[in-house]
Amino acid sequence: MWRIIYFCLFGLMVQPVFAETTLDVGYLRVDVPRPPVLSNLDPIPENDGLAGAQTALEDNLTTGRFLGQSYTMTAMTVAATDDPLAVAAQMLADTPYLILDAPAPVILAIADLPQAQGALLFNASAGDISLRDSDCRSNLFHSLPSDAMRTDALAQVLVQKRWTDLVMIAGTFPADTAYAAAIRQSLKKFGLRLSGEKTWDADADMRRTASQEIPLFTQNFGDYDALILADELHDFGRYVLYNTWQARPIVGSEGLSARTWAPVIEQWGAAQLQSRFTDQHSRDMTSIDYAAWAAMRTLGEAVTRTDATDPETLRAYILSDAFELAGFKGRALTYRDWNGQLRQPIAIAHPRALVAQAPLEGFLHQTNELDSLGLDRPESTCEAFQ
Amino acid sequence: MNSFLKSSITVGTLLSAASAAPAGEIWVTNEKDDSVSVIDTETLDVIHTYATGERPRGITFSKDFSLVYICASDSDAVQVMDPNTGNILHDLPSGEDPEQFVLHPDDTHLYIANEDDAITTVVNTKTRKVVAQIDVGVEPEGMAVSPDGKIAITTSETTNMAHWIDTTTQELFANTLVDSRPRHAEFAKDGTEMWVSSEIGGTLTVFDTATQTELAKMSFEVPGVHADRVQPVGFEFGPDDEFAYVALGPSNHIAVVNAQTYEVEDYILVGRRVWHMAFNADKSRLFTTNGVSGDVTVVDVATRKALKSIKVGRFPWGAAFRP
Repeated sequence: MWRIIYFCLFGLMVQPVFAETTLDVGYLRVDVPRPPVLSNLDPIPENDGLAGAQTALEDNLTTGRFLGQSYTMTAMTVAATDDPLAVAAQMLADTPYLILDAPAPVILAIADLPQAQGALLFNASAGDISLRDSDCRSNLFHSLPSDAMRTDALAQVLVQKRWTDLVMIAGTFPADTAYAAAIRQSLKKFGLRLSGEKTWDADADMRRTASQEIPLFTQNFGDYDALILADELHDFGRYVLYNTWQARPIVGSEGLSARTWAPVIEQWGAAQLQSRFTDQHSRDMTSIDYAAWAAMRTLGEAVTRTDATDPETLRAYILSDAFELAGFKGRALTYRDWNGQLRQPIAIAHPRALVAQAPLEGFLHQTNELDSLGLDRPESTCEAFQ
Repeated sequence: MNSFLKSSITVGTLLSAASAAPAGEIWVTNEKDDSVSVIDTETLDVIHTYATGERPRGITFSKDFSLVYICASDSDAVQVMDPNTGNILHDLPSGEDPEQFVLHPDDTHLYIANEDDAITTVVNTKTRKVVAQIDVGVEPEGMAVSPDGKIAITTSETTNMAHWIDTTTQELFANTLVDSRPRHAEFAKDGTEMWVSSEIGGTLTVFDTATQTELAKMSFEVPGVHADRVQPVGFEFGPDDEFAYVALGPSNHIAVVNAQTYEVEDYILVGRRVWHMAFNADKSRLFTTNGVSGDVTVVDVATRKALKSIKVGRFPWGAAFRP
């Protein structure tokens, strides 16, 4: 079943007095059923991601009306079990610009469609490192940070706090496994020690509530500085806090967490984006919303500055030194010209406040401190951008 | 040795010259304390702290200094205060989230940036009525008005433009793109030039007022500070518009720009995340608001040295002078 939403924001458009430049953008969401988790306290909003793109579309339209530039967005949702590739191909017949909220394998398959060659796709949902590495594609940009950017950000905080002896509990969902792998890589990169690791397996013989199991489960970790949770679907992690055998801080998927965006971010004008978003959608802005917002604003910024709508011109501009996106994170956001990743600071936050923003002071880099997060030029094996 | 002696003599002379200046006050809005701090420009002490509405930012005086207008952003009001008592006299209708404003030379019309609504509101301060609302770009903030009162400027942070308003018709007549996140605008040299700072772009753009075309663009390099953290926000012109003093946000410096050559001559270390500034009566001293360190730095204009830091409220933002 497809659901199609057309955004016709005529109310916002003031009659321009000169010729129009119009950019049509497609938004494709591939619906993947979520596995059951222990708590249903945090429902995922139905318009997760799309709402962010919508806010950015309105930002673009407001700017565009002073320049005779206009934007439209066509949004579609398709179940993973239907045929997302057919829908993507159909959307690509209408526009070369797609924002994708889909799992990594689907994103990759869309990027490889014959209809996508020469198109400009934005990954707003998949943190998979492979998409920025060996599986990169020249037509695929990433407005969502990679898992590595988030785990590197967390590792910088661990180094700064001298929490150097770490243990980890990882879930068994693919997202947990991927996050745990990124954590191991980041700990190695920043010289931290992982002295114990356990798997939280829902099938294990646990006959009591999680909060009763956790003390025993964590008892044989011995002593350590902080416990890392790899629980990206937020299944068991919330029950680990304040239930561990040792009184130690929890970091990772719960507790002190590296986030693309969070409701507690208010500096650098972020409070304005938060309130604009909440006014429009009556909820908090999520990381996926932010990534979709950044993708749509990237296109808007490129059109504003070039007055062009062809993908070659926009792609070249976005990858050039002239491009800069003001993304409410205190620094200009730019794209890595080796793998299409949007460089950005990463918030280290708990649910009530921002604790730090990576890159942290002292983590230096020869060209851009933001490249201390994620795959730097020499680390990425991506060749599609050369 | 020689130069050392010479410079210390200069400092001494200037300090005594400065203290001969007529007394005055610098009023500072404290964004997260819902208050204004009043600093004596001679003793450099905080002499009053008055309560305001929520999240006060922009601040300006009426031409005779008998009233002070304060943007209480989160109270959605422009408050009118009696500066002699600190009492709020009344609120002006301001539109939502007024962040910054400018008082027209007619001493009557306030041009207010409504940050959340992409609107500039024009309010008559006498009748307390909204005269016009003008659609501008996303997150308007910087506000300026030409000395002859014919042109008002709004800069919009996310749209990255300076919007030129004809104050007779209250309509836009030009929109000029600048670098990312413009924060502040000022007219200079009798209104012949209009300057705009771009926080994320890291630049200051100078426009020719008559043609609205770009005359110059300046960027900044603070030694030892990464370019990303050099973020121009508020700025003011010194005596005779010879130099512009530019707050560079989280680089914790202000730049001294030669307004004739458009070259940066100096950087002065001040407090953390410097926002805005105001001069004393004879412009011999500059008072900068430092958001993160919660203080005001007093800079000696002639020697370009910081003299003192004055603790004010939490997150000081706007600054205005009154004799």
